[in-house]
Amino acid sequence: MGLKILTEHINVPGIETLKVYRKHGGYKSVEKAVKTMSPEEVVEEVKTSGLRGRGGAGFPTGMKWSFLAKPEGVPRYLVCNADESEPGTFKDRWFMEKNPHALIEGMITSSYALGANTSYIYIRGELLFVLRILEKAIAEAYAAGLLGKNILGSGYDLDLHVAPGGGAYICGEETALLESLEGKRGNPRNKPPFPAVKGLFQSPTVVNNVETISSVPWIVNNGGAEYAKIGIGRSTGTKLISASGNINNPGVYEIELGVPVEEFIYSDQYCGGIWKGKQLKAVVPGGSSVPILPANLILKTAAGEDRLMTYESLSDGGFVSGSMLGSGAFIVFDEDQCIVRNTWNYARFYHHESCGQCSPCREGTGWMEKVLHRIEYGHGHQQDIDLLVSVSKQIEGNTICPLGDAAAWPVASAIRHFRHEFEWHINNPKEATAPGAVYRGQLDAVTA
Amino acid sequence: MAETINEVKFSDEAMAEIQRYISHYPEGRQKSAILPILHIAQAEFGGWVSPEVMDKVAEILNIQPIEVYEVATFYTMFNLKPVGKHVLEVCRTGPCCLRGADQMIDMIKQKLNIEEGETTADGMFTLKPVECLASCGTGPMLQVRELFYENIDSEEKLDQFLEMMRNKEHETPVWKK
Repeated sequence: MGLKILTEHINVPGIETLKVYRKHGGYKSVEKAVKTMSPEEVVEEVKTSGLRGRGGAGFPTGMKWSFLAKPEGVPRYLVCNADESEPGTFKDRWFMEKNPHALIEGMITSSYALGANTSYIYIRGELLFVLRILEKAIAEAYAAGLLGKNILGSGYDLDLHVAPGGGAYICGEETALLESLEGKRGNPRNKPPFPAVKGLFQSPTVVNNVETISSVPWIVNNGGAEYAKIGIGRSTGTKLISASGNINNPGVYEIELGVPVEEFIYSDQYCGGIWKGKQLKAVVPGGSSVPILPANLILKTAAGEDRLMTYESLSDGGFVSGSMLGSGAFIVFDEDQCIVRNTWNYARFYHHESCGQCSPCREGTGWMEKVLHRIEYGHGHQQDIDLLVSVSKQIEGNTICPLGDAAAWPVASAIRHFRHEFEWHINNPKEATAPGAVYRGQLDAVTA
Repeated sequence: MAETINEVKFSDEAMAEIQRYISHYPEGRQKSAILPILHIAQAEFGGWVSPEVMDKVAEILNIQPIEVYEVATFYTMFNLKPVGKHVLEVCRTGPCCLRGADQMIDMIKQKLNIEEGETTADGMFTLKPVECLASCGTGPMLQVRELFYENIDSEEKLDQFLEMMRNKEHETPVWKK
């Protein structure tokens, strides 16, 4: 097993209480930061660490922090994105539920670095039970002088609150999240201005994912340079992977970035192989919006190199033969799964979750769902595959926020890698719609 | 018989909880508390929010009723029509389907004799398929009020679950504990 930065103590009984959390070194980073470091020094450590946004985009966190505008007399905010809604992703929910103080510690240390005196954790509304856990832990932190006025006698003040959403995937997009936090519909904002300049309540704001923020205490305690030694290249540190689908051991795994994909799927330390002794058919490695890859291309790149669990290796080959690490939601398909049905399921998801603001997304996601539904249910037309490709291309890049791209990519990649399966559905509707029928024919050759 | 119009009235405990959420936001930004208040309202008033309840929320927040309607209709967790005692929010998204969610939803329909969005004749259950609930490692799964019920991957487990729910009262909301 590799180094555990986030989950070292996660199974310690009582770790959700302040007492046990502190006994295991909890809140050391707050003490170190507010008493011995300037905010700028904390930002520098995070920059040095190479930590990248763990919500899906992978943008360097230190750089994001350094963009924060600092006009005199205007409050700044740190908002934690705990709206985890990307299908396949459940690491943040699991982490907050088990170890709430780890996120709170990260929020305090990061808020100090950014000069925020009020911070929010925006958590998806379905997770009210986790909100209760966080609020209880926050109350403990206030009582211990870790939150509120004059934290640990340092003169630094911070209030931390948890705010629930109401069931809308789009609120994981940071500007939609801010709209929602202001009590409005979750319609993404046009950028610029970016949240770093005008975010929550029109004030400079940083929005970071739960896992990103929870990684900051280790970086402050051990130094950014130490963190940068973990992983490979620009994929530094550890990553929580949510493993789901047809595997023996679904769950959340903390890996050092760089573990080979093959090891991750088949090792008993991780997924434990494909369930019921079946064969691997495909993997969506980074959440429902990233391209799906067939077995051969998830294990090896088109150039024949071992595929690794890093931002770079998973995207090797671009969208022709690669995918993305995304949020680390690793969804595994066995040989009995139908790619057409799955693609329709995702298309329905994106149609359901489109906020409706931009026509290409609002209309296009509906068309894709409809066309995929008719192919899946035996009423597909010959021209439907090209129609899907054309619709997906007209959505991609033509919307205010990335939900449009997120809807287009799964469809485009499923057709790219499994075109024969779509054709089989269209040409053999009777056979394809029989109960339990799955395409067992030729997989598409992939050209790099 | 004179018809009485029930005035919407939150319990004192709920009002205290509402005020606590409002206090989390800067002066003049009280509207921000709309989502937590709608959650409290839904739990207080039988699992759904009526126009009258939304009007009350607008009054509490000192905003226009339309500002509450437009929010309540955007977020799918808020039920705008009466629902059964237990709303079965079943995950229907890809990762759960890889582990049998479609079959689970079909079984629920068959056993309860309802379609999606419908409520059983005895008012016990409403079936409301929802999108990914961030519990993909433990699918098929569903949510009722605040709680998750996971790994419901056989007919036997589903039967046990439904039987348990028939005899289950709602959890006491946290603000009343």
